[in-house]
Amino acid sequence: MASSRLVDVQHLSKSYGDHVALEDVSLHVDEGETLALLGPNGAGKSTTIEILEGYRVRSGGHVRVLGEDPQRAGVAWRAGLGIVLQSSGEASVATVREELRALAALFPDAREVDEVIDAVGLSGHAGRRIASLSGGQQRRVEVAMGIVGRPRLLFLDEPTTGFDAEARRDFWTLIRSLQDEGTTILLTTHYLEEAARLADRIVVVADRRVAAEGTPTSIGGPEARLPIVRWREAGAVREERTHAPGVLVAALIARLGEPEDLEVVRPSLEDVYLDIVRADRAEAAA
Amino acid sequence: MSRTTLPRATSAAGLARTMRIAAGRVAYEVRTYFRQLDQVFFTFLFPVLLLGLFASVFETMTFPDGAGGSTEIPAAEYYLPAMLASGILLSGVQNLGVDVAIARTNGTLKRLAGTPMPPIAYLAGKLGQALVTGVAQAVVLLLVGRLAFGVELPSEAGAWATFAWVFVLGTLSSALLGIALSRLPRSGRSATAVIIPIVLVVQFGSGIFIQFSLLPDWMQQASQALPVAWMALGMRAALLPDEYAALELDGVWNLGGVALALGIWLVLGLVLVRLTFRWIRRS
Repeated sequence: MASSRLVDVQHLSKSYGDHVALEDVSLHVDEGETLALLGPNGAGKSTTIEILEGYRVRSGGHVRVLGEDPQRAGVAWRAGLGIVLQSSGEASVATVREELRALAALFPDAREVDEVIDAVGLSGHAGRRIASLSGGQQRRVEVAMGIVGRPRLLFLDEPTTGFDAEARRDFWTLIRSLQDEGTTILLTTHYLEEAARLADRIVVVADRRVAAEGTPTSIGGPEARLPIVRWREAGAVREERTHAPGVLVAALIARLGEPEDLEVVRPSLEDVYLDIVRADRAEAAA
Repeated sequence: MSRTTLPRATSAAGLARTMRIAAGRVAYEVRTYFRQLDQVFFTFLFPVLLLGLFASVFETMTFPDGAGGSTEIPAAEYYLPAMLASGILLSGVQNLGVDVAIARTNGTLKRLAGTPMPPIAYLAGKLGQALVTGVAQAVVLLLVGRLAFGVELPSEAGAWATFAWVFVLGTLSSALLGIALSRLPRSGRSATAVIIPIVLVVQFGSGIFIQFSLLPDWMQQASQALPVAWMALGMRAALLPDEYAALELDGVWNLGGVALALGIWLVLGLVLVRLTFRWIRRS
């Protein structure tokens, strides 16, 4: 296996007694790459990421992270990881700078604390207690805590939940600068636009399995990206997918005159994602 | 690449790293302790408040003198060592029992589990916090006892040496027991409700709030199995005039017993922490 494969997961499964949380998940992340793990709530995203972080014990399959089995890896292994957990909502009475300094002291090659504070846009708040910051600012502190150790591999579990649009864009800029430095990232998110902007590859986990995998522009296959023509006819919205939307629109005009509420839409990643999840659900129900 | 890898934990460089982190951790813990006003009040200032209360309510206390009669001593003299022992218990058991339980349930320990923090450095930070805040608390208690209630403090170095070892041994065992007890509360919210009654009942049964000689015999015997009565005895031995030894169980300061009992509790505390402390329970 290539030494640049930082995360390697094959046929991972996880059950709690009779409850099956993961059935068969295989994925990998190569050095320098950003992988987005998408999926509905309860599909197994967080279970997967927590197994990779060493927080949970797998039931079956093969897992290697930075070349080691997370279940057995020690303190030295963790020095190569940055982990941003889902927000716990609990905040320290330490100041932003104190908390980051305390954390930086644990790593052999930590980043400059003030640079990290700057990078997450909290320069004006370095001396404030974390508990006194707003929810969005506290989340930035958690992100700062994930990157201060200069990790080779960064786990981001729903990093921008609770961010406003501007904060989310600032965060994307920050992640791009980490990518430029060569940081490998595994990201989970509910924001498809975030995945489309940041990820090199996407893995969709649905119903405890990998439902689809690909780049943001290829995942779901070409069929999933067929343009959709939508219009209103006899009071009802109708839609049709076609390789030739122009021909369809011309036919509509010939038949109806100017069609009411006419739209020609190229499916966004979000549309493609929803199709994948729905198809998977229908399959599971069948 | 040597900058980007950690030394082995058992190597000299690894031990130096652990000690450096532990020292930084003590500073962090002490700083954040004093920012939590509820903690400062209920574990730091509470014994001071009680000392003031007891010394004001009871002017003197009557003890059997062992010869069929009785003798009286100022309440402040009895309660100063008792409150020093209470402070040791609160800084260790109550403070850390609640603090670590909250850290366990609010995700702090889970977050630390994902970092290269040596568990021993984290625990050393907590022990250091109990020691540093405990010393500050003892100084406040001694000052209040001396200045507000006129308690005569010993001037011989031997008395303060006794004070020092009882204090350190008592605080370390209390801190370890607190960390072990932090497993009990099921949520951060219930932490104080679980820990504080334990601490209160033990203090009542160990003659901290109520004069030891007034407790029923069985309770006096039972309290010998717990560390608090021994801490209070050690503090009385350190601070009170020698003739007061006549008021103790066998008429002497049983310092050998104090050292033995606190030593056993220290070892027991270490074993319990080793067995129960985990960053997280992996599921």
